[in-house]
Amino acid sequence: MSYWLRNGLIGSVLLFLAAPLLVVGGVSINSTKSLIFPPRGFSLQWYSELFTRSEWLMPMANSLGIACIAAAIASSIAIPIAYSLWRTGKRYPQFLFYLGLAPAVLPPVVIAISFLGFWASIGAYGSIYATILSHAILLIPFPLVTSLLGLRSIQSSIVEASRTLGANESAIFATIVLPLIQPYLIAGYAFAFVFSLNEYIVSFMVSGFTVETLPIKIFNSLHYGYTPVMACVTILFIALAALLFALVNHFGSLLQLLSGSAGTSTKS
Amino acid sequence: MSTNLAKLVPAARAEQFTGKLRLLSTLYPPVMLGVFLLIPLCITLVVSVSQRVPAGFYSPGFDLSHYLRFFTPLFLRQTAFSFVLAAIAASCCVGIAFPFTYLLTQLSQTAQVLILIFILSVLSLSEVIISFSWSVLLSESAGLSNLLVFLKILPQAVAWAPGLAAVLLALIYRTLPFAVLVFYPAVTRLNPEVSEAAQTLGASPVRTFFDIILPMQRRAIVTAFLFAFIFAIGSYLIPQMLGSPQHWTISVSITDQAIQQSNLPFAAALSLMLMLLTLGLVWLISSISDRGTER
Repeated sequence: MSYWLRNGLIGSVLLFLAAPLLVVGGVSINSTKSLIFPPRGFSLQWYSELFTRSEWLMPMANSLGIACIAAAIASSIAIPIAYSLWRTGKRYPQFLFYLGLAPAVLPPVVIAISFLGFWASIGAYGSIYATILSHAILLIPFPLVTSLLGLRSIQSSIVEASRTLGANESAIFATIVLPLIQPYLIAGYAFAFVFSLNEYIVSFMVSGFTVETLPIKIFNSLHYGYTPVMACVTILFIALAALLFALVNHFGSLLQLLSGSAGTSTKS
Repeated sequence: MSTNLAKLVPAARAEQFTGKLRLLSTLYPPVMLGVFLLIPLCITLVVSVSQRVPAGFYSPGFDLSHYLRFFTPLFLRQTAFSFVLAAIAASCCVGIAFPFTYLLTQLSQTAQVLILIFILSVLSLSEVIISFSWSVLLSESAGLSNLLVFLKILPQAVAWAPGLAAVLLALIYRTLPFAVLVFYPAVTRLNPEVSEAAQTLGASPVRTFFDIILPMQRRAIVTAFLFAFIFAIGSYLIPQMLGSPQHWTISVSITDQAIQQSNLPFAAALSLMLMLLTLGLVWLISSISDRGTER
């Protein structure tokens, strides 16, 4: 295929994917408050408003806090499952692995309803813990897949050699397995973190009226009093996501990570 | 005996500690998954046969009326519409994502990394933002149609949103990055010698793609289609913000029943029906595709 045709096709798909970002970027630097695109005039006032008004700082803090903790819980559940599956290959960890993947295979709205029913039943509907734990369960598939990928990338000869030299299970885990899979664990955490930041339906159903996360705040601002500040937040969060993925690439290799997932994503 | 020993010898104490840690790490994941994933799904089942409490959530009981209500023309039509819409969106998504990923893997490593970082960032976009920006792009006052008017392709600006095309476009947008990520590993593992051999034997690049590459990637294509389909059918904000009420999918109804109508039992019944139908379809499509591979 000719060079120009190939790049043209790639470029047009990328343009399609970038189109909403251009709108949001344009809106965020618009000098008037009314929604005009393409933007007229240039102004950074909406960015400064973002950092001075608690109305926006609060949901931002909520989202960042929820994402930090939820991603950590998701990883803490996923890593032992992936490890025991890798170590033993038995049916039971295999079952847990598939169970952990379930949130990715069910339509998001189904998961959201089941969380709503659960938290309403135990009387925790509307609490921030409900949002955090729901996100943690929802996002388990990311650390689950990446940590198994990491474990599978370890050469078995290294583990065997250390066992021959007298290392026990925990020593092998601490000195060999953990350092080798670290980039993959970071990647799993980063994925879960970014998706928690931007998740809407579960947060909305579980405690949308009491715990305002950023996507909920943006949705509300669209419905009750539009302000370009929402565009600024989006640009910041997109930049944060891009930065995190770039860091994942820096500490590991994004190409290796994404192409290695062949083992899990196509076999499932 | 062993506990006494553990108090004396540090190594034994450490061993005991790691034993506890190992026990914890075997018990903790299943407990978390059981309590926060399986129990919620079971509760959905219980709630779906409960009675509605207008001011609250539900009161336990055995009432199948919510399921019967699903089998009324209104909801059956909406379900059929949702499935067709999701299937069209998923097909378009796969149709764009596969050739795109194939071409992407031919670029330099640096270019691939940059494009993948971009795609991951797009993937992380909130549905709120996707719906909002497409509603701007497709609006009459500020949208793309103004550009077409400027280029003298259209006589006057048109409002494309709300509308079916807008919903479809945004659903394709939403699912495209997922499909690329499913295809990426499968395509990078393609042996370049295969297409080289085909071309040496005289096949054009286009024919190589359709006759050799595409059939080899059947499994990845099915997986990507199913992922895109599940995402499209479970999406709530896109149909709600970009469609007129007649374009609302079953997911919009579920959310509407749960939150606005505060009829949690009916929402639970609807969502279980959606789950059954989706899983049934996943099973059907993957078993058909597996049979195809064996032949």
